[in-house]
This record gives sequence, structure tokens and C-alpha cells, in this order.
Amino acid sequence: MTEQTQAVTSAAASRGPLAMEAISISKDFRIGRGKTLQAVRDVSFNLYRGAVVALVGESGSGKSTAARLLAGQESLTSGAIKLDGKPVQVTGRSDFRHYKSQVQYVFQDPFASLNPVHTVRYHLERPVKLHQGKDVDTDAEVAALMEQVRLTPAKQFLSKYPHELSGGQRQRVSFARALAARPQVLLADEPVSMLDVSIRLEMLALLDDLRKRFKLAMLYITHDIASARYFADEVLVMYAGEIVERGPAEEITQQPAHPYTQLLVASAPDPDNLGSTLRRSTSRVGSAPQASTRAPRGKTESQDAVGCPFSPRCPFADDHCHAEDPGLMQISAARGAACWHLDQAAPELVSGLARDVRNTAN
Amino acid sequence: MSASPDQAPTPVAASPIAPGAPVLQIRDLSVVYRTPRGDVRAVDNVNLDLAAGEVIGLAGESGSGKSTLVYGASRLLRAPALITSGSVIYQGRRVTKPADVLKMRPDGLQKLRWREIAIVFQSAMNALNPVLSVRDQILDVIHAHLKMPRDEARERVASLLDLVGIPRSRLRSYPHELSGGMRQRVMIAMALATDPEIVIMDEPTTALDVVVQRDILAQIVELKERLGFSIVFITHDLSLLLELADRIAVMYAGQLLEIGTSAEIHREPAHPYTKGLLNSFPSLRGPRRELAGIPGSPPDLANPPPGCPFLPRCGYGTSACEEVDMHLLPVTSSADPGHVTACPFVLPGTPPPAKTADTVTTVGEAGA
Repeated sequence: MTEQTQAVTSAAASRGPLAMEAISISKDFRIGRGKTLQAVRDVSFNLYRGAVVALVGESGSGKSTAARLLAGQESLTSGAIKLDGKPVQVTGRSDFRHYKSQVQYVFQDPFASLNPVHTVRYHLERPVKLHQGKDVDTDAEVAALMEQVRLTPAKQFLSKYPHELSGGQRQRVSFARALAARPQVLLADEPVSMLDVSIRLEMLALLDDLRKRFKLAMLYITHDIASARYFADEVLVMYAGEIVERGPAEEITQQPAHPYTQLLVASAPDPDNLGSTLRRSTSRVGSAPQASTRAPRGKTESQDAVGCPFSPRCPFADDHCHAEDPGLMQISAARGAACWHLDQAAPELVSGLARDVRNTAN
Repeated sequence: MSASPDQAPTPVAASPIAPGAPVLQIRDLSVVYRTPRGDVRAVDNVNLDLAAGEVIGLAGESGSGKSTLVYGASRLLRAPALITSGSVIYQGRRVTKPADVLKMRPDGLQKLRWREIAIVFQSAMNALNPVLSVRDQILDVIHAHLKMPRDEARERVASLLDLVGIPRSRLRSYPHELSGGMRQRVMIAMALATDPEIVIMDEPTTALDVVVQRDILAQIVELKERLGFSIVFITHDLSLLLELADRIAVMYAGQLLEIGTSAEIHREPAHPYTKGLLNSFPSLRGPRRELAGIPGSPPDLANPPPGCPFLPRCGYGTSACEEVDMHLLPVTSSADPGHVTACPFVLPGTPPPAKTADTVTTVGEAGA
């Protein structure tokens, strides 16, 4: 399975040098009564300088946990994380601080992630002093940060408190705070989902600009697959802790292979879809068989951890799916999907490939 | 099965109003928030009709006054909010003559609320009572607004859960035991418990996943068709409304800027703000197009600028916009006779304004 995973070359690889690797990372949470919840299961991907990798999935799919693992905020149950080719081992405070200067995190909610009793200046001065040493000209550095996230005139904003700023301005402050460490990796956890539709694009454009300017390796976590299409180079679709499909953003959104990705794409609101399935409510989405949304969600508790996690909701599921979890199978050089029935789910994408793999698996 | 939600608990008299006639007519409604620093004009002279069986979508960004408008029209606001002018005429199938909601006394309001106008609140987590089981909360609503024997009410709760697709085994569950989608379904069941004429949905699916969202919306539409209520759907997601709503009203800075059928709003948006909104979300299907957001932020409603409130962010703006009075004018080229816009200058088909680095932000180069 691992060999197959690595056979898929990341669509983001062409953008720049490798920055960070997640190698078969897993995270179990103990949830009492001897049960464990496998929040992240055997997930591998790479982040490249100057490229955006999007992690797409529903709430509870483990995408935030994966990012927290990369950020060093959770300990790995198994697997390894490499930064610049060297395994990351964060054992003490100074290790953690050094690591943080390379890898920064932007939180979803700018209303909760800024300290309400401190000014913007405090939020930015602290990381500058912490990560860039005491010799640096803090004022100049802070002003430069404010300019980079286009919070100008800087003077006017620096003395303000979070409650005096709009949602977009607050999120700019949290971007600036992340940049203050001069990181090479930025983990952005739903950075625009709390913002108004009208300013989301502006913020994504700003992130895009920062990515180019600082050659940031970016992980963009979102439940909005449409924004991933525009913003990301590679899309990883997560379901119940596993990556079920990965590939170039445009290909994944236009020709999803995995039944779950197909469901995700079909569910996104579509302004061009005026004769909508919603208004003709009798006929459900499309003509292709659709995954059920009513059926129980993928259980990730350990005792159920056999079989494909999507099989309870999947229209193509059979006994094989319930019994054995498919690994990522390569569809093309940069694409892979974890499904035993790709020949039925996406016949135009695979020509006999899935069948071969299935036969060997049997 | 003495009561099923398909049959109204009290028989509805033969409809005294023609189908499509307005059930709610909002006229010149203005709401201010009284603050020590002066009035914030949250809703400014709004006119809007809701027809029987219609889904009207109210779109706008946070702070545009969409919730204040609807809560004001249903008399749910309290100080410092103050309704300064207007009338809201309600004419449902069960009431004999039209009445102005804004002039109703407490006993009249008690009869109106939930029985005639019910609400699905945005955050089901906060709107449900954490110490009452699902069944008890819905029973509460039924006993407060309908005269119904206990057994019948219990049976009705169970059939309401069937209606929204929650297994009956969940009757005794508490809100924290339910997923976000299920909680939202409970909210919808509760809103439908009294067979209301109008259901207000205030961002009912914002916190949900797209898959669950689509499922719930499909269910809402199905229920609407079966039970015949009207919906006011509040959201900031215009792409959702284009699929869901019959008509869309676009709100900005307390004023309506454009009203039209979804088809016309999609085909030929008249107001620059609507155009901006439509160009603000990435589309999943079709060719990648260049996207432009709407730079800037809404005006301070305590000190509204003269003329058009959208002027500072509008790419088409001229000095004449400072003097425009914000009356809604018909869009003559539209196929929808009710299509109106507050912008007298930008006609459909006007080429987009010249792009400058400041006014246009784009995400992702095509094919990059």
C-alpha cells in the first residue's frame, strides 16, 4: 500500500523544492472504555515550497488533526514527519520553538485566535522578538508585516484591539502573526470559512500572494472543494481519517474518481445549476447512483476498522469493500484513489486497472 | 396516527386568498439600533412581498441587516432595536382579515408567533435547550401554541421526526447526543410543529457540510411542496440561493439593492453589488473563470454616506451616485416584470469597469 502511495507524484511537486513530508502518519485518540478513535490513518503527503496542497473533507474527517500533527501540536501515534529531509523530533521547549519558526499555523476563527486584551502591535511584536532574536528592529519588522498583509496605514491599526477590527482585518493580523516567524511552511486551517463571501476571494488572493512572495509551502484545509479548485495545486480528499483520493486540483474537481469525491462535488452549491435538483426535489442528484447521505457516517472506532470507511454510504459497496480497506491505487502519474470499484465509479478514468488490482488483492 | 403533519391539526379553511397572493407585505420598514452615539440605521425603508408558497432568498454580507429586517417584521427585536416606520401586513390562510404585525397587541402576537410564522435559527446548538429531550422540546412548542390532547401531541412529535428523517429511537435523545445535521433537522421539525404559514430560515445550513447541507435543503423543498408554507431564506451564500429560491432580494447596508427571480439574477444581475457577489465564489463546474471579490468593507451605518451606500466599493461609481435616492427601479430588459434595482446608472450589459490593481483581486491563474 505504501509503495502505491508513493508511486503517485504530487501535482504540487513541479512548483518548488520539497519542504515537508508526512510519511504514513496516524493518530489515535482514546475515547474511553478501551475504545480508540483513529482520527488519522496512514496518511502520507508532501508539501513543496511555493505550492498549495488542499486537504478537503467533511467535519470529523481528520483534516484538522492531520494539520495539528504537522504543526507539532499533537504527538504522532505512528509514522514520521520530515522537514527539509530531516525527521522532526520535538522533545523540548527550544526544539518546539525552533520548529515553530519553520512551520506556522493559521486558525479558522479570527474572533477566537486573537487575544482580546492585547493590541495588534502586541500580537505581532511577540513572535518577531521570539523568532527573529533581540537584535532585530522590531518596529520596522512589524511595519513590514502590516504592509505585507495590506493592513495600511500600519500606524492606524497597530494600536487597535481585535474587537475594533472586522473579520477580514483580524484574519490579516493572524496571517501577519504567522509570517512574523518567517516560516517556510504555512498550515492554514479553513482560513476563510468564517469570513463573508465577498471578502473570501480577497483573502485567498492575499494568501496566494504571500505564497509566491515567500515561497511558502502551504497546506490549505477546507470543506469547500470549489475554492480548492482555484487555489490549490494538489487536492487530497480525506474521509474518516484516510486519504481516499488525491491528484491535481483541476482534474479532481472536474473528474472525481472516488465515490465520496463524486458526492462532495455533486453536493456543492452550483450557481449555474438553475434547473436544480433542489427545486425538482423528487429526483435526487444526477443520474449516476449517488452515495447515501443518510446512512451512518464512517465509523472510525478501532473495532470497525476493517473495510473501506466509505462502504456504509457507498452505492458500489460489496462484501469485498466491507471486508478489506483499499489503499490508494494509482490512476495516473499524479492521481490515486482508494476504491475497489474504480472501474464502476469512474470507468472513463481507469481501463482495467482497478480490476487487475482487485484480482491480485483477492 | 390521529395527527400527521400532512393534515393540519386544525383544518385550514378554504383559502380566502388567491394562490401567489402575498402572505406578508413589508412596506417602508425601518429599524434603528439606539446607541449613545446616535442611531444605527440597520434597516432603511425596505419594501418586500412574500407570496404564498414562495421561497424568497435574502442575500447579503454580515451586518447588512438581513436578520434585522426579518426579525423586525416578525416583532422579535427588543431594545435597543426600534422600529421607526413602516407596516407589515400578514394575510395567512387561517386568519380572516389582513393585520399589521407592527400594530399587534401581545395576545395577537402570541397567536402569530410560531402558529403563523416559525423560525429555524442559525445555530441549532444554541437554539435547542440542552436539558430537554428532543421530544419534550417539540411537545413544548405544540402545547404552547395548539390545543391538543397529550397523546395526540406525542404522536405528532413522532411523525414530525419521521418527516425530517430522524429515527423515532432518537425521541428521547438530548441535543448533545445528535450530530449537527440532526440538530438542524430537529429545529426544522420544531418549526413545522404548528403547521405555520411562513418559515423563516436564518442561515440554517451555514455550519453544516456541503453533503449534509444539500440533503437538508432538498428535504426543506420537499416539505415545502407537501405542506405549502412560504420560506424566507437568509444566507450570505448567493450560489445556494440561485439553486434554492424562487426570488432573491439582495441587501446591503440596510437597504435592498436588487430584487428579481433567481433566473434573472443569475442571467442578468443589474446592480454592481449583485454582480460582485456573483463573481465572488469559485465555481466548481465549467471553465475556470477569473474571479474578482468585492474589495473594501461596508459603510458605517451610524454615519451612512450620502447617496448609494455601495459607492465606495463600486467599480462603476460616479459623482452622480452621491445624490441618487435609493428607489428600486424596474429593470426594463429583464424577463421578470418584478425585477428591480436601486442603481439607475449601470444598465445590464455595461462593460465591467477598468481593472486596476486595487479594485480587482484574482485567485489562481487559469491553467496554473
